[in-house]
Amino acid sequence: MTPVISVNNLDYSYGNISVLNGISFQIQRGDFFIIIGPNGSGKTTLLRLLAGIISAGNGRIDVLGGFIEDYARKALARKIAYVPQSVPVDFPFTVSEVVLMGRSPHLGMLGLEKENDLLKAKQAIKFTELDHLADRRTNQLSGGECQRVFIARAICQETEIILLDEPTASLDLAHQTRIMDLMEKLQKERDVTVIMVSHDVNLAAMYGKTLLLLKEGRIVCHGTPDEVLTFQTLEAAYGCTLLVDESPLGRFPRVTPVPGRLMGVKD
Amino acid sequence: MIVSILLSVLLAGAMYLGISVGSTGSNFGDSLRLLIMDESQDSVPEAIIRQIRLPRVLLAALVGAALSLGGLVFQALLRNPLAEPYILGISGGSAIGAIFGIILGFSYFPGVSIMAFTGSLATLILLLVMSSGQTLFKKDSLLLSGVMVNAFCSAVIMFLISMTRDARLHNIIFWLMGDLSTADIGRVGALSAVLLPCFILLFWLSNTMNLLLMGRDMAQTMGLNIKIVTITLLVVTSFMISATVSYCGLIGFVGLVIPHLLRMILGSDHRILVPACVLGGSAYMVLCDLLAKVLPSQGEMPAGVITALIGAPLFIYLLKRSDR
Repeated sequence: MTPVISVNNLDYSYGNISVLNGISFQIQRGDFFIIIGPNGSGKTTLLRLLAGIISAGNGRIDVLGGFIEDYARKALARKIAYVPQSVPVDFPFTVSEVVLMGRSPHLGMLGLEKENDLLKAKQAIKFTELDHLADRRTNQLSGGECQRVFIARAICQETEIILLDEPTASLDLAHQTRIMDLMEKLQKERDVTVIMVSHDVNLAAMYGKTLLLLKEGRIVCHGTPDEVLTFQTLEAAYGCTLLVDESPLGRFPRVTPVPGRLMGVKD
Repeated sequence: MIVSILLSVLLAGAMYLGISVGSTGSNFGDSLRLLIMDESQDSVPEAIIRQIRLPRVLLAALVGAALSLGGLVFQALLRNPLAEPYILGISGGSAIGAIFGIILGFSYFPGVSIMAFTGSLATLILLLVMSSGQTLFKKDSLLLSGVMVNAFCSAVIMFLISMTRDARLHNIIFWLMGDLSTADIGRVGALSAVLLPCFILLFWLSNTMNLLLMGRDMAQTMGLNIKIVTITLLVVTSFMISATVSYCGLIGFVGLVIPHLLRMILGSDHRILVPACVLGGSAYMVLCDLLAKVLPSQGEMPAGVITALIGAPLFIYLLKRSDR
């Protein structure tokens, strides 16, 4: 089976500063793929490359068997949806308007929606449990609700792949779980490939099927949570003492940082 | 739908008022009769209405539509509800170009207009370079850059005026304050030939503006080619603004007042806002020009004075509210 995304020997640098270095991996259809790693390890840059927002200096990214640079913007937007970490809400669109915008890559220039598009938006709103907020303006919502609106927009885009940049950052515990449950449901029920950048190693352990651990632009480890989240790999990546045991819920590893035990001076 | 009908009615009413009211007295019934009847006798009131008031009202409508659309596009493009061609100095830039054209003795078309367009593009590029990269979208830095560009433009304009000694001086000054009284039907026709295609193009790009407001990254991953779209919008808008500036000088704040009001009523969907701005901006400008005609007990004042008197306090109010 061809992978949905295949990355080959990818390099990227901002000016003279190298951010990604010789990255190669593949993502299979229906995966819940989480990219983890310390600050500045190149996670977000990698995600933006996969989204086609920036283009790579060297190396090659293939999406669904085709070279990413060969896709027209609109064609790529029918394959990959992207949820950024934060979205400006200076201009008060309603929740339904934002979700409906997800149909744009399927529409003509004016973006006039047909009956079918309105239905798709309605389904996405229902899927994300936003029905009661549909007519609210986005600047009147909480952080967690806002995040769900932009995920609903991505679902409405009806793509095989959804990329998310730290969707749970700055959310409380309940909202974190809610967002992750939502993505898991999407991946399981609709066979969407979910690719996510996360800071939270424990959330990654609970939800991820495949993890990619980055450090300073290189892959430290790539595999299942059990393979990636070990004492050795995590210490190598984060440079601090960590306790890794099994979660009391069973089935996945649990990572606990040990206070006051920073190893070396790695920042 | 209802709103667009209301706005059309408002525009029609404002235009009718504009045609009927003037220094030679106002007679509502007569002016309607004169407008509808084709081959009436060559009376003085008819000449006044046909050759002075009608072109003037049409000009005001065109200019109002262009300016409020200009504001709307800049606000979407820079994701800043306070952006406006006049505040950002784009209008000032085209005014410099236009004054150069006037001093050099060019004709209105194409000489002065091309100079104005060059001026507006130059200030636009200057503005983008000044606040380039990430800070382009930081509100304060962009507005501050704009204010500085505007101040610089004013200085250059004053310099150019102080160098002018002959009869052109009065023309320049009155034109600069935003004057609609020089309308004649031929030039109004030329201006509408230039502006109407711009309106249509902007309407065609209205959904694009919606996507732009979601931020560059998200817009791009919804299938937008940001670079092409941004450049098209900027160039079309500067073109529109410079066309109006080279005709009737600096009329400020229309692009702030109208889009803001309409957004409060209609929400943020640009597919509705673009046509609404055309209608609402026209009506607003016609009314402002009417006030400029009626308010002074002797003579008239430039319409730009009225729009600034209304717009500047509103800008301050919005700035204060956005600090919350």
